[in-house]
Amino acid sequence: MAISSDDVLHVARLANLSLSDEEVARMSEQLSGILEHVAALSSLDLDGVPPTAHALDVQNVTRPDEVRPSWPRDEVLAGAPAAQDGMFRVPPTS
Amino acid sequence: MSENTTTWEPVIGLEIHVQLNTATKMFCRCENRFGAEPNTLTCPLCLGHPGVLPVINQGAVEKAIEIGLALGCTIADRSVFHRKNYFYPDSPKAYQISQYDEPICVDGHLDVGGARIGITRAHLEEDAAKLVHSGGEAGRIGGAEYSLVDFNRCGTPLVEIVTEPDLRSPEQAVAFLALLKNTLQTVGVSDCDMEKGSLRCDANVSVRPAGSSEFGVKTELKNMNSFKFLGDGMAAEIRRQIDLLERGEPVVQETLHYDPGSKMLRSLRSKEEAHDYRYFPEPDLVPLAPSQELIDRLRDGLPELPAARTARFAESYGLPPQYAADLNAEPRVADYFESVAAGADAKSAADWVLNTRPSPVDEIPAGRLAELIGLISAGTITSTIAKQVYELMLADGDTPPAQLVEQHGLASIGDSAQLEAMVDEVIEANPAFVEQFRSGKEGVINALVGQVMKQTKGRADARQVQELLRSKL
Amino acid sequence: MTVVDTLGLTAERCAELLGAREISCRELVEAYLERIDAHDPDLHCFLRTRPEAALAEADALDAAGPKGLQGVPIALKDILCTRGEETTAGSRILAGHRPLYDAGAVTRCRDAGLIPLGKTNMDEFAMGSSTEHSAFGPTRNPWDHELVPGGSSGGSAAAVAAGFAPLALGTDTGGSIRQPAALCGVVGLKPTYGAVSRHGLIAFGSSLDQIGPFSLTVRDAALALQTIAGHDPCDSTSVPLPEPVSLPDAEHLRGVTIGIPTDLLSVEGVEDGVRTSFETTIGEAERLGASIQEITLPTARHALPAYYLIAPAEASANLARFDGVRYGLRLEEPGDTVVDMYGRTRSEGFGDEVKRRIMLGTYVLSAGYYDAYYGTAQRVRTLLLREFAEAFSGVDLIATPASPTVAFPIGERIDDPWAMYACDLFTVPVNLTGLPGISLPSGLSDGLPVGFQLIGPAFSENRILAAAHALEQAIGFDPVPTGYRVGG
Ligand SMILES: [Mg+2]
Ligand SMILES: [Zn+2]
Repeated sequence: MAISSDDVLHVARLANLSLSDEEVARMSEQLSGILEHVAALSSLDLDGVPPTAHALDVQNVTRPDEVRPSWPRDEVLAGAPAAQDGMFRVPPTS
Repeated sequence: MSENTTTWEPVIGLEIHVQLNTATKMFCRCENRFGAEPNTLTCPLCLGHPGVLPVINQGAVEKAIEIGLALGCTIADRSVFHRKNYFYPDSPKAYQISQYDEPICVDGHLDVGGARIGITRAHLEEDAAKLVHSGGEAGRIGGAEYSLVDFNRCGTPLVEIVTEPDLRSPEQAVAFLALLKNTLQTVGVSDCDMEKGSLRCDANVSVRPAGSSEFGVKTELKNMNSFKFLGDGMAAEIRRQIDLLERGEPVVQETLHYDPGSKMLRSLRSKEEAHDYRYFPEPDLVPLAPSQELIDRLRDGLPELPAARTARFAESYGLPPQYAADLNAEPRVADYFESVAAGADAKSAADWVLNTRPSPVDEIPAGRLAELIGLISAGTITSTIAKQVYELMLADGDTPPAQLVEQHGLASIGDSAQLEAMVDEVIEANPAFVEQFRSGKEGVINALVGQVMKQTKGRADARQVQELLRSKL
Repeated sequence: MTVVDTLGLTAERCAELLGAREISCRELVEAYLERIDAHDPDLHCFLRTRPEAALAEADALDAAGPKGLQGVPIALKDILCTRGEETTAGSRILAGHRPLYDAGAVTRCRDAGLIPLGKTNMDEFAMGSSTEHSAFGPTRNPWDHELVPGGSSGGSAAAVAAGFAPLALGTDTGGSIRQPAALCGVVGLKPTYGAVSRHGLIAFGSSLDQIGPFSLTVRDAALALQTIAGHDPCDSTSVPLPEPVSLPDAEHLRGVTIGIPTDLLSVEGVEDGVRTSFETTIGEAERLGASIQEITLPTARHALPAYYLIAPAEASANLARFDGVRYGLRLEEPGDTVVDMYGRTRSEGFGDEVKRRIMLGTYVLSAGYYDAYYGTAQRVRTLLLREFAEAFSGVDLIATPASPTVAFPIGERIDDPWAMYACDLFTVPVNLTGLPGISLPSGLSDGLPVGFQLIGPAFSENRILAAAHALEQAIGFDPVPTGYRVGG
């Protein structure tokens, strides 16, 4: 399964990575190479085999609805690349 | 053209997001509260810091099950959280933890106005943060120079309720949403305050020729934050789609935003933005498998729901169906009515609760209103005077209405000599009217009644005054 | 002049010396810090040390009088959050990031009185098998400085081998503890999924990640596991251990059946020296009384491609949060929209391997491909679980080499992703099934350590540790790298 440059650009957009032309070309080649190895899986008979998302067989892990103090705002904003008026500042969304 | 004779049938399905009124957020223990200073209700988890892991709030699970039970849903033996991937500054992990193909509640319904509206599913998820756009033209996303993010709301438990495309008019959709809101409030899982965003509604709207069983192309109307906007938005969109179809143009599947100012619908995403959420099972959480004991306990704990209560009001209080329905628009109104009706005539109680402005619900203790209604029934005061007494009660909530009547001399004059004297006085003072009446112009009697009533300052029953006048004339 | 030589010094021995007051916690910490100062410039095991904090903690313990493991130093992989102390996961995108909280495993170490010396180097976000993918430069193998230490926990493995710490924590998503342990000649334990809290472990593949220890001996690995394992309410996938971790003292393997998956072992790419050492060790196990049984795990050879679909898929979502908004790197130019800023920040902040895996993971989850890739891989996982369950109905433990090769030269595989991924051949089946596995040094091949892997059923850590201990005693491996031995 070859991954074209267009595929790479589409996926990069979904992943919010801006790739140089050289990276796009390399990514297309390397990802195609990896998927060639993955193609071996198609030899397996998986009919009727259910998927396993998690090896752990546990359910109903919840916690009580009880409040714990939140973090001081100064502390959570201290690591922010940009903050203003007690909020996280970001470039315009459009 | 033949198209112009087509009758069009709207087809509407709703997607409703309800913020649950849990103490804490969905996956962390920050307080779930509206209106706090920005970013004071956050922690590494709801800020999506590296290394944090979600833990499911049992309170939210129980409220979601209660919603499912109230909507006649099946509670799934097993439900699973997925990651819904998208980048936006309101989404700190760049994925929303939501339920996808295995939701907690499925296959329910809510009956509104005799129609059964199917509930496809109700699932648990987390709310996003709040973005404030600043710097450019105020309030306009397009002109903003930057945005500010407040994560207080981020992680608030949400239940998303999805209906079948069973609704056939904006009015029906609004009535459905009103009943749903009341049902959720009655169950006590949300304040459903649309202004604060704790109830949000999107609509999928399409039209088709009446009688057709196929669906037309639908558009999605986003985030209409009041019943009025929802109704107007859907009506506008239905008109737009019909116009398009009648001109022979196709409806394009898109997301639209209703602008209540201009009464226009505009496309939310101008460019063709491929949405690919890449759902996959959330590996940080394990499945939910609520026990039958838990489900039974929650079912037993459910209060009487609005649909059942409406039926009961009509039945046991003998109220007209519209009264019963109107009283059940809000649980607190229905509760108040029942308290008043416990001490007074039910029909009068309903009249007072529904038609009095300002509404007595938050103003007058139910027992006092019942006393007031009792004074009318006993003939102690007239209905006209009762309105006056009500005004006095608004200003002085402590004094019983009977005492207010006493203090202000508002008791009815009844058939006493005093009233007869007043009638005689008026007859004497208006010979011209008397003449006209006697010569067959019966209508003038109203003028005479009016004069008597003026003299009594409303303390007499107009019908009784008229009878007295007639007997004297 | 230090009072103690830290080369070859075990945690157990440290605790003895401290308990007997033969040395103080301060003296011990100083000895390790001195050795790090003297030799880490050659190796680059540590991204950061914390001498003042470590010495202050040592002084406090000295004042109280240390008990148990109190005062024993430990090195922490830089993927574990440490409150107020920089934690980067080996990435430029987190340079300068100071977590607001301690990871669960770190809290347990602190509660036990272990003294963190610093944070160790790693492949960026644990993606790699050589530690060359660190944004801060590679770590070198203490056995040969031209070779890689393995990865992704290469800094932790090399630190223990080089005498920089008697214990270190790493994380293992597809072999990132066991493979570097093998390449550096130390013990590396990957516990059962759920045994150690992942809270505060910067996630790579959430359904696969597990924290575990590096040590010089199997008993030390047991001591470390005792310290870090146990239920944590902050991790919904954490479960209580069915039985406490016990210190192994077994001297034989009588009554133990060890399965050899011959089909998996027959795959290409396993070095002769590795095979020879593996066979020698199996012979040793037989001499200790174990019965050896050939088994098959037909799907195990397909674990590698399945793993390289599942782990990148999970990683693509886990690494989406690094967006320049709340912490970490942000790169922004005037006029940028938020999407421009995302792209700039993430493209510059992530290294090539991380970008490759994000791309791969995003691709395999994207519309139209989910079933063919991610769905298929999750079905393979079901088969693997069935096959291991079936195997463990007949054997107590399964043995394989930990790595198909010994340490390889720096730069050799960096440009060939699949060649690097192939390092994980024997380790990934264990992660996909959530099972525990240990890598034990089994000898040298051309002067370089070879790792022997024992795999057990879920929560059979005591069984694994007991068998590994017995083998370790019989093998008598000297974990001090040849170049560091006195006169060597
Ligand atoms: Mg939703
Ligand atoms: Zn929080």
